[in-house]
Amino acid sequence: MIKIKIKDLNLYYGDFQALKNINISIPENKITAFIGPSGCGKSTLLKSLNRMNDLVEDCTIKGQVLIDGQNIYGDIDVNMLRKKVGMVFQKPNPFPMSIYDNIAYGPRTHGINSKVKLDEIVEESLTKAAIWDEIKDRLKKSALSLSGGQQQRVCIARALAVNPEVLLMDESTSALDPISTAKIEELVFDLKKDYTIIMVTHNTQQAARVSDNTAFFLNGELVEYNDTETLFRVPKDRRTEDYITGRFG
Amino acid sequence: MVARRNAKVIKILVYTATVITFGVLLFLIGYILVKGIPHLSFSLFELEYTSENVSMFPAIINTLVMTVLSLVIAIPFGLFTAIYLVEYAKRDNRLVGIIRLTAETLAGIPSIVYGLFGLLFFVTYMGWGFSILAGSATLSIMILPLIMRTTEEALQSVPASLREASFGLGAGKLRTIFRIVVPSAMPGILAGIILAIGRIVGETAALIYTAGTVAKLPQGLFSSGRTLSVHMYTLSSEGFHTDEAYATAVVLLIIVLMINTISAIIAKRVTRT
Amino acid sequence: MRKYKEIIMQNIFLLAALATIVALLLICFFLFANGLPAIMGIGFKGFLLNTDWSPNDIPPSYGIFPMIIGSISITLGAIIVGVPIGILSAVFMAFYCPKGLYRILKPGTELLAGIPSVVYGFFGLAVLVPLVRNTFGGNGNSILTASILLGIMILPTIIAVSESSIRAVPNQYYEGALALGATHERAIFKTILPAAKSGVLASVVLGIGRAIGETMAVIMVAGNQARIPGSILKGIRTLTANIVLEMGYAVDMHRAALIATGMVLFLFILLINIAFHLLKRRSF
Repeated sequence: MIKIKIKDLNLYYGDFQALKNINISIPENKITAFIGPSGCGKSTLLKSLNRMNDLVEDCTIKGQVLIDGQNIYGDIDVNMLRKKVGMVFQKPNPFPMSIYDNIAYGPRTHGINSKVKLDEIVEESLTKAAIWDEIKDRLKKSALSLSGGQQQRVCIARALAVNPEVLLMDESTSALDPISTAKIEELVFDLKKDYTIIMVTHNTQQAARVSDNTAFFLNGELVEYNDTETLFRVPKDRRTEDYITGRFG
Repeated sequence: MVARRNAKVIKILVYTATVITFGVLLFLIGYILVKGIPHLSFSLFELEYTSENVSMFPAIINTLVMTVLSLVIAIPFGLFTAIYLVEYAKRDNRLVGIIRLTAETLAGIPSIVYGLFGLLFFVTYMGWGFSILAGSATLSIMILPLIMRTTEEALQSVPASLREASFGLGAGKLRTIFRIVVPSAMPGILAGIILAIGRIVGETAALIYTAGTVAKLPQGLFSSGRTLSVHMYTLSSEGFHTDEAYATAVVLLIIVLMINTISAIIAKRVTRT
Repeated sequence: MRKYKEIIMQNIFLLAALATIVALLLICFFLFANGLPAIMGIGFKGFLLNTDWSPNDIPPSYGIFPMIIGSISITLGAIIVGVPIGILSAVFMAFYCPKGLYRILKPGTELLAGIPSVVYGFFGLAVLVPLVRNTFGGNGNSILTASILLGIMILPTIIAVSESSIRAVPNQYYEGALALGATHERAIFKTILPAAKSGVLASVVLGIGRAIGETMAVIMVAGNQARIPGSILKGIRTLTANIVLEMGYAVDMHRAALIATGMVLFLFILLINIAFHLLKRRSF
């Protein structure tokens, strides 16, 4: 099943073209990794999947992104899109409020105010993010008091709390230590049965370890896209091979 | 040899200047406290001001009322303007430059000019007379640039990642601003408001011809009333109640000290997070 | 529904922002509409350059030249007193001050800035006036007294702005000077201060703005005689004092002339603001 279909996507920051004619289909309930050197456009592409690029001044987008067959650059409610396509950012960015309120922020945004219901969502989301047991006794504490790895898992739980179908992860382990990274990789692996996950990473080994499919980008172009095993074992393009063997980037 | 001696002379000058600066501060505070504290009697805090007992209590209440009123008027304007500048205006928006320039100009206008304007506009043109309302309205324009500027800085210091996180969860712009950005910027905004309170409490020139100098408890928004600073000015210019003026100065100094301390404590919390 | 709310609120924010501009325009309009007719009636030159201010004489005379001289002379005096002390103190705060002491002195300068002008005025009246009277003669209410008091009052402005512009000078300037064998003092005064020149100058301009606009403290110590003084031990009246002292009972032309005085003051401040703006743009 194809969840997201990107058709002829071109993206410009002012005069600079950051994405060139991208065509790619992303399957449901799989982990897809975007890899490539810094500035290759992988994060930009990720952010165009929930229209976070709308926040950037003079960013123009041409082409289509179809999610479940519907063009998200057509006449849609952006807020509903972002509810459906959740995002976890590079650095943990919990709100300066309690853990509970962090998780409940999303559901409250979308009109859920019942205490019972919110309690349920908070527990469920934190459990899914594999952090419930660690912090269930201090839900009222500030989320800023947690360690970096815990904060990032709270941010994942926060994204899950609005019941998304797609989860975008923008180098979400790059600011973390190896142990926290391993925990999050494990978690992501578990989450794919319920969610379509797209992760951007500059760590090729992480892509090889975790993802089902991998896309390699360079200078705003999609160079190669294949199932992860094939792409890493027998890359078709010379540039892909150079990158994954560490010859540049 | 010469260089060493010059260096020494300069060092002496630097130390002397510093000693003068803070010596004056210490002397001023010490002098006021020594002269004023013995005259701080309970009768100065009685409800009624009479020519025998020049109680400062009505002036304290007036100060409080006018501070609250001025803030009620100025905070929404200051906050909303800052929100517009930081959250809505695009980078190349010319209005932003104009508003910043306007605020800087307003910030530089001396309080007596505000007083004149208040007299011409609020007291005369609007027909509010010498009143608490006219005084507060004048003060609110005076503190507007201060509140605006500090709020703007506080909003700017909220990391973009928090806004992204909120938008990423499907929150709209308003919800993001009022639930995430403004609460995160609260310490900075509060520090600015407290500085504004300090300006209101210390103000005299803008009030003499807007709020007037009646030394009674306010009867309503349209009755005249003097604040503590105006009270002190009147006492010292009348010249009959020097001791009471010292006592009032003590109260003013204590208020300023408290305001500065609170502002510093709150500002420290901003830098920590 | 939510979309409309977003749009409505965005417009409310915009309106609030525009209100700031409206406020400034209102101030300009009311001052000029009430002040200009007086200047026209008295004559531009007569108003600004006539040395006789006797609004109660028959016929009255409305020359504010003495007050212009008054404002300028005590501002100048305040600069002479306050600027050297302020800049040297800023140098101390930035380069000599131990950390522990800084934690006391910095709030000290903020306190200096927060003390109400009436308290300064009262202090001047009680301490400086007798001091000047006993040391230099005269009756104590004088240009000198007002200058000293205003010099003290502009200290926190000068210290704060100078200090921050001194601190904004990149560290390499200082290290570079030391590497060439300069002493600590030489590095500061020949390298850092010149580099921070615009910022320090901006602090002085800001101080000028404060001094020229100060009202209450000046009234309490300057003597307030509306004439051109013979010496700095004589009393003088400033533009600001002129307004406060007579606004209470002035009517008709007299009142309009006082508003015109405010207008002149306002224009002075505008010029100073422009100067400050230009300087700030060039500083670090």
